[in-house]
Amino acid sequence: MAINWNAFWEWANPRKFMWWTDRALPYFAVLAAVIFTSGLVWGFFFTPDDYRQGATVKIFYIHVPSAMMAINIWAMMLVASLIWIVRRHHVSALAAKSAAAIGMTMTLIALFTGAIWGKPMWGTYWEWDPRLTSFLILLLFYLGYMALWEAIDNPDTAADLTSVLCLVGSVFAILSRYAVLFWNQGLHQGASLSMDAEENVADVYWYPALVAIVGFVLLFVTLVLLRTRTEIRARRLHALEMRERAQQ
Amino acid sequence: MIRLFWRDITLAFRSGGGFGLGLGFFLILVTLVPFGVGPNGEMLSAIAPGILWVGALLACLLSLDRIFALDFEDGSLDLLATAPIPLEGVVAMKAFAHWITTGLPLVIAAPALGLLLHLDSAAYRWLIVTLLIGTPALSFIGAFGAALTVGLKRGGLLLSLLVLPLYIPTLIFGAEVVRRGAGGFLVGTPLAMQAGITAGAVALLPFAAAAAIRVALR
Amino acid sequence: MPVLEGLSFTVSPGEILVLRGPNGVGKTTLLRTLARLQPPYAGTVEAAPDAVAYAAHADGLKATLTVTENLAFWAGVYGGHDIAPALRDFNLEALRDRPAGNLSAGQKRRLGLARLMVTGRPVWVLDEPTVSLDVASVELFAKAVKAHVDGGGAAVIATHIHLGFEETVFDVTPYKARHDVIRNDFDESFL
Repeated sequence: MAINWNAFWEWANPRKFMWWTDRALPYFAVLAAVIFTSGLVWGFFFTPDDYRQGATVKIFYIHVPSAMMAINIWAMMLVASLIWIVRRHHVSALAAKSAAAIGMTMTLIALFTGAIWGKPMWGTYWEWDPRLTSFLILLLFYLGYMALWEAIDNPDTAADLTSVLCLVGSVFAILSRYAVLFWNQGLHQGASLSMDAEENVADVYWYPALVAIVGFVLLFVTLVLLRTRTEIRARRLHALEMRERAQQ
Repeated sequence: MIRLFWRDITLAFRSGGGFGLGLGFFLILVTLVPFGVGPNGEMLSAIAPGILWVGALLACLLSLDRIFALDFEDGSLDLLATAPIPLEGVVAMKAFAHWITTGLPLVIAAPALGLLLHLDSAAYRWLIVTLLIGTPALSFIGAFGAALTVGLKRGGLLLSLLVLPLYIPTLIFGAEVVRRGAGGFLVGTPLAMQAGITAGAVALLPFAAAAAIRVALR
Repeated sequence: MPVLEGLSFTVSPGEILVLRGPNGVGKTTLLRTLARLQPPYAGTVEAAPDAVAYAAHADGLKATLTVTENLAFWAGVYGGHDIAPALRDFNLEALRDRPAGNLSAGQKRRLGLARLMVTGRPVWVLDEPTVSLDVASVELFAKAVKAHVDGGGAAVIATHIHLGFEETVFDVTPYKARHDVIRNDFDESFL
């Protein structure tokens, strides 16, 4: 199938982006609210308690999706940064900027729910377990990335430098992940969801978890579109001010 | 390019060049730790590898913003960018000079400070080897961070925030080598990993740093 | 955002082009573009990058290095030209072993300009070179520029004073970018 890529990139033109997001955003928002809520309600109230962990296991419906999002949002920022470097699409850079704060929040949620879950399970809020530690490191990467955006006045320069940081940071994030695994083997349970059916949690937990994950993804899409729109408006304002100053 | 290297070395040794500041900081940090955790020899011996590595890392961090900020302020960076040497080479030379004036003294001083912390006698060899292999990575990663923050007014604190997370793998493997050395275990794997990180940082980060400097000068 | 538009000029060997225009019109941006420190929004600079020697307000001097050391460093970077003529022409011989930090503002400026001579590059791109120079030093500078272009070099200078040589004057004021035209620019594409 032939794809007209030029038409595809057209949607990333700021004006066109504003046009279609204005129409699509309400649907995303409603869909996100419905699926997010139903996933959590299903998970919290209509699944049996775990025979070993009791009701505490239900924090899983927030912990796992937020942790997945924390990583995937960084991956999305990496892709957006690459698009900015290669094609210099302004919306792409602003989307990466918008996603960072959401990714950081997701990381925080994953860390907090992990701590709350860890207390009854491991008897401690914090353990220097490789997974928890990796998320703490990821949080630091998010903080650095956001701080660099804030520190640079010129938006073009900021987009360039944060993209470079995102690229190099990704490599070091992966390195850190392996280094941390090496450093402490940990007591975290294995991946909760994997393609390998043997390792998966039982179906009763798995389906609501899937719904919750879709809910988190939609929530992220809604928020990132909303925030990108705000960023575009801010740039528009900036452009108008610059033009006014130039005309004086 | 060699001239640039010697100029940076000369500048570091002249008055106000900041040579020795990192070393002094390293000494103070190692002195403060026993005041904080108590004089128990066994305890100090247990934490010595970590303290020495964290200390070296922070001492290195202290002088990072000098790598490019001074040259940016006095216009040298503009002139170097238009000079007939590649900016990647400029970055590499300046990072190398930073290592000679900051990293290498730390390597040499570390055994003496290890003595203060009752470092296990089997670990000294590995402390020196791992610092020797690991500190160049600190300088080159730091040069990348310094390049990102070169034109910024409040760059110093931001630089730490950007660079310290990037130091994590180097720190983990470095301290692990010393810990294993102290325990008499095999050190091959972490040492090889650390050498790999250093080689990668030295080979690739000058390109990223040069790209960042070009953006900052624009 | 663009500051100047539609301007075009050529400088031949032996020619001195003086840029004029009010503060903030974009002379510095133009000169930095000529020196390849920033890319033009549109258009081209045809001088080879290794033909241009750039000098701006900041001289790139190190306070703790002596006059000779500063100059020798730049000479080395540009391929080892002799520094003696530069020291002589800018009257720096008596100061040669003084650290650059002890020099007066005018002396520093002279050293910064002397650097141009050791680059061995044909096109000098100078941004307000005469700031903080006294009358005698301006004369020294004018003589050095004259000698440079007589030797087949060229110079593009942004300055407000008359240096007293034959020069082509190029006023950039009419080329100030108009902002009523919508461009495919980062900011403009948001409007």
